[in-house]
Amino acid sequence: MIAENGVDDHAGLSDVWHLRLYVAGQSPKSLRALANLKTLCEEHLAGRYEIEVVDLVADPAQARSDDILAIPTLIRRLPPPLRKIIGDLSNTERVLVGLRLEPGPQ
Amino acid sequence: MTPTSAIEPDRKTATPHKLTELPKAPTGISGLDEVTGGGLPRGRPTLVCGPAGCGKTLLAMEFLVRGITQYQEPGVFVAFEETTEDLVANVASLGFDLRKFEAEGQLVLEHINVASGDIEDTGDWDLDGLFIRLGAALDTSGAKRIVIDTIETLFGGFTNTATLRSELQRLFGWLKSRGVTAVITAERGDGTLTRHGIEEYVSDCVIVLDHRVTEQTSTRRLRILKYRGSLHGTNEYPFLIGENGVSVLPITSPGLRHSVSANRVSTGVARLDSMLGGGGYYQGSTVLVSGTAGTGKSTLAAQFCHAACSRGERAMFFAFEESEAEILRNMASVGVDLRPWVDQGLLKFQCFRPNLLGLEGHLFSMQKWLTEFDPAVIVKDPVSDLLRIGSPADVSAMLSRQVDFLKAKGVTALFTSLNSGADSVVSAEQITSLVDTWLEVKTLEGNGELNRVLYVLKSRGMAHSNQIREFLLTDQGIELADVYVGPQGVLTGSARQAQEAQEDADGALRREDLEQRQSNLERRRETVEAQAAALWREFDDEADVVKRLLNVGSDRVEDRAGQRAEQGRLRRADTDEAGDLAHNGAS
Repeated sequence: MIAENGVDDHAGLSDVWHLRLYVAGQSPKSLRALANLKTLCEEHLAGRYEIEVVDLVADPAQARSDDILAIPTLIRRLPPPLRKIIGDLSNTERVLVGLRLEPGPQ
Repeated sequence: MTPTSAIEPDRKTATPHKLTELPKAPTGISGLDEVTGGGLPRGRPTLVCGPAGCGKTLLAMEFLVRGITQYQEPGVFVAFEETTEDLVANVASLGFDLRKFEAEGQLVLEHINVASGDIEDTGDWDLDGLFIRLGAALDTSGAKRIVIDTIETLFGGFTNTATLRSELQRLFGWLKSRGVTAVITAERGDGTLTRHGIEEYVSDCVIVLDHRVTEQTSTRRLRILKYRGSLHGTNEYPFLIGENGVSVLPITSPGLRHSVSANRVSTGVARLDSMLGGGGYYQGSTVLVSGTAGTGKSTLAAQFCHAACSRGERAMFFAFEESEAEILRNMASVGVDLRPWVDQGLLKFQCFRPNLLGLEGHLFSMQKWLTEFDPAVIVKDPVSDLLRIGSPADVSAMLSRQVDFLKAKGVTALFTSLNSGADSVVSAEQITSLVDTWLEVKTLEGNGELNRVLYVLKSRGMAHSNQIREFLLTDQGIELADVYVGPQGVLTGSARQAQEAQEDADGALRREDLEQRQSNLERRRETVEAQAAALWREFDDEADVVKRLLNVGSDRVEDRAGQRAEQGRLRRADTDEAGDLAHNGAS
């Protein structure tokens, strides 16, 4: 899987990042996290990212699928492997480490 | 933002007339409700903590299952450690069918996987995700009870423990506001109750479980460390995880309130029945037969069972020293044939070494067997063997619980106790206050032999004999014989037989003497009668002679008077002279 992905990355075919943000309604932390995420993606992944926002208040059953405890939680679904970070994403440096978005490979 | 819902209505409405009493949620766990005075605090969290493998999860699970089956209170089990598949499998051995409860919508199993370590913490967060999941689980089942097992696992998933702690505090507050009765489990820490100090947040009720090994026997113990606003038992209570779940065994019995029976149950030895004022032991009483080795305690016990089975009652024999086959053989040799009763299913043996189970296991298994077999009488032979697996105080506490159990069921119990050597009374003192009737069998040494004697040391509520009886094991079972009390003290065995022979001999002598005297008297009577007859004959002879003589005499007088009259006529004497003549004739 990883090898295949490595090939894909080299070929630059599928480089779209799929990020899922779990929030709980319109709480300040949730809103802040979404804003921070958007800023960050624009800066590092311009044009090749998708953000999916899941509101657990509206759909509590979703919390089971990714074992969500903390809010907000950000999941990097693509590219694999799956990565999970928590918090309102205000510490940019840690977000980059968490998402393996170091400038190096780019 | 926190999902909240209305506080459980009965929490507020149930209290007005009973302000002093905290509403409680009965656990349904055998013994725990007695110890806690009715259950866990309703609508509040309770902390159950202890080391690994002490039974926290099972206790918590049973709390939920009993809630569903006995109190119609649905539950939620939140597992941080075990997957739901593992949980279902683990408690299936206790007879809990979790999948069935799930299907009926009474139970929600929620496994929460806390990914360890590498979750990057990028700023402010809270546990709303967890709250939402719990809230959803509570809502779907309408749960009144929730278990969170083991919440400290969260500490492995989050690096920011300050946030985590404040979130946990909020969680417990939230659970309270939901009005669910919660059980939170936690691992015991090093010198602290819980590894991460959860007890700071859960302060209404804290139950500590422990798992100790003493003398190679493991014992689980439970203690109510704290129960805010309620009286509770403060002791450490042994508890067991058996085939039917957790059983806590309160050492202090709920109270001496057994119904009693005036019916008597035969001891199996007719003479002993009469020593106990006729009829035998009271039904439902507890009998102790103590004695040194080889005094026939087991035989007395076997004969007791034999008598019960002869009446068609069921008997259970707990043997800690002999196997069933050995007992059957040994008892048959003294004429107590128990085999037919075993074949008929009236008599059941449970033979095992006490250290197989441990004290609590022992008590628990016995209660289970007794409930299943429902015997009228039981025998434990000997209870003194239990001292190998516990201190005298523990054993006596265990036995007192057992006696309470037996009395409540109206089972007549006979315990034997092996006394070691001379201090016969002292070694049994832990037990003797529990029993209603205490028989002592001991050996008396004398004349180069050992003989068994039996006496009744105490027997509550009956006019029992104060006599010592000699205890004989014969081919027909036990026989009790009178002992001879003489100038040398109590005589038993051959001395008694000698005394018996001596008395027989004395008796014979006296009898002979009497017969002699009687025949002498008879002979004397014959002599006297003979003499009397002879005397009478002499007397009769004399009387005849006298009679004859008298007759002769009167004839002569008449003759002489006639002659004189003749002479007078011849001499022509006048008649006046006749009187004179008559006078002369008379002289």
